[in-house]
Amino acid sequence: MASTYTPIATTTLGSAQASYTFSSISGSYTDIILVINGTASATIHCQLQFNSDTNTNYSNTYLLGNGSNALSARDTSLTAMYLDTNGFTVDQSMGVWSIMNYANTTTYKTMVGRYSSSTRSAEAIVGLWRSTAAINSIKVLTTSSTLATGTTLTLYGIAAA
Amino acid sequence: MPILGILASQITGHLSTNSYESIQTVTVGSTQTSISFSSIPSTYKHLQIRWIARVSPATTDENLQIQVGNGSIDTGTNYSHHGLYGTGSAAVVFGNASVSGANLGRVTGASSSANMFGAGVIDILDYANTNKYKTFRGLSGDDQNGSGLVWFASGSWQNTAAITNIQLNELYGSGGFVANSSFALYGVKG
Repeated sequence: MASTYTPIATTTLGSAQASYTFSSISGSYTDIILVINGTASATIHCQLQFNSDTNTNYSNTYLLGNGSNALSARDTSLTAMYLDTNGFTVDQSMGVWSIMNYANTTTYKTMVGRYSSSTRSAEAIVGLWRSTAAINSIKVLTTSSTLATGTTLTLYGIAAA
Repeated sequence: MPILGILASQITGHLSTNSYESIQTVTVGSTQTSISFSSIPSTYKHLQIRWIARVSPATTDENLQIQVGNGSIDTGTNYSHHGLYGTGSAAVVFGNASVSGANLGRVTGASSSANMFGAGVIDILDYANTNKYKTFRGLSGDDQNGSGLVWFASGSWQNTAAITNIQLNELYGSGGFVANSSFALYGVKG
């Protein structure tokens, strides 16, 4: 059987950045996994945009525990999909998000993932991009401020038989 | 040491990428009532199922149930499940013992907008070990731009037999998984 779970691209930020784009993503996988591990210069949210789509085609539903409560919330008709709801901070934060069947052209694209902050929350999150286009670029952007130097962003591909 | 798929990616730089293999994939062409994997080899340490799914009954969304077995599917009340899900306005817990399958995911139904599919990942740990009951976990969701759930669950099969068969079911009445639903089974070496 063929091995899979293939590193596609990775970067370690050499300076603080408000966005990072993975472009020219091959359509040869079934799922894409995005991993971010790092910090921010202030409390920020990270978001995703696909294929440079900046229209209101994104939405999210969240579930989180913050040490005091378990909560759920959602956002609709966004210009970018959230990766977290409680925020990257100056403390270490990380997440793993799967973008499922990203290259098919018959379904909207669903992302499901988990995010953890070392001091703020643990979260499960699902997101929707209302487009049937195959995803060929992924932009990670912040709602304000920047991801800090040393933050790593990695993309993996998983191919089904 | 090979590390279970979705966990492995949290440890950038230490991933053994030749330890994760595709075993079998079912992509639905026309509505089918359940999804089955059989004759699963015992050569892996863990299994992972990655899926997108939508079902034909007229509901906004519905549970995805897993049943397993050795040689055939165990439909007895030998399972339990517990979990937490988010409705978009509340966090809700659930749990049942002695049930006939474990509810590990959430899929969209025919009442949701066209092209919307739920998605998720199920991990089955030590599936071939004959000295312990089997444990599952699932993370999934079906955001629908104003409705839908995010679903986080665990389950157990109270049997020490190695798992060779897996079946995935939708629980909302008659119908089944619609075209373009897809379920991919992977093995993680140990």
